[in-house]
Amino acid sequence: MNSELLFFMLSGMIVIFSILTVTSRRILRAAVYLLFVLVSTAGLYFMLNYNFLAAVQLTVYAGGIIVLIIFSILLTSHISERAEMAGRFQGLMSTLATVAGAALTLITILKYSFPEKTATAMPSDVKNIGRALVSYNENGYALPFEVVSVLLLAAMIGAIIVARKENMAAKGNKK
Amino acid sequence: MTGTIPLQYFLIISTLMFFTGIYGFLTRRNLITMLMSIELILNSVNINFVAFNRFLYPDNLHGHFFSLIVIAVAAAEAAVAIAIIINIYRNFRSIDVDKVDEMKF
Repeated sequence: MNSELLFFMLSGMIVIFSILTVTSRRILRAAVYLLFVLVSTAGLYFMLNYNFLAAVQLTVYAGGIIVLIIFSILLTSHISERAEMAGRFQGLMSTLATVAGAALTLITILKYSFPEKTATAMPSDVKNIGRALVSYNENGYALPFEVVSVLLLAAMIGAIIVARKENMAAKGNKK
Repeated sequence: MTGTIPLQYFLIISTLMFFTGIYGFLTRRNLITMLMSIELILNSVNINFVAFNRFLYPDNLHGHFFSLIVIAVAAAEAAVAIAIIINIYRNFRSIDVDKVDEMKF
């Protein structure tokens, strides 16, 4: 397929579904629209030839975070519940602020002339990525890898402690 | 495969996505939908990193690894935020930011 056609399809899906994500009144539908946005983003990564990153995007975002969000929606609200939006004045002001910010950023992007670079592309297959993640020389990323693993451990323990029920503390108080 | 598509197109897409996320964050009143807006913002930043990496510095993979780490941080953030949201729901029976106006445990 023509790559430009594919790009415009993916970008149209991203724009339309992200607008639907923030305007849909039904929370569960908004979560599904967000899923479409994330899958189209994975398509963009495939187009840029970063296959591993696209796979991570599909598994972690589309597979993990969306499922987590849908679970928490089902835990905290009814399926038919309509989400409340901000008042009319605040909505108008938010629209103005975002349109102004987007216009400023788009003008800056379109005016700036990015340098053309045609260096030989570094292959981004899994072998190279795996080597780079655990090596500590010039092109290695061992330190951020370890920091992220500690962060994930801390987030896991923190989430368990925050979300558990307070039975233990109540028992302690009774004694 | 990106052939004739210029870098600016990717930046335009990510800009639109970023400001849509900000609009959602400003107008939504439900904690979970605000979290979804934050996910949109983080995702648009990832597109920027990856596009700059591919078009301006194709001879290394810095942007690629930045995106990988941003995805990991987003996952951790979503998990902790949802734990907090569920705890708020237990205490207030609501996750509406207008009704949760008391920072008391």
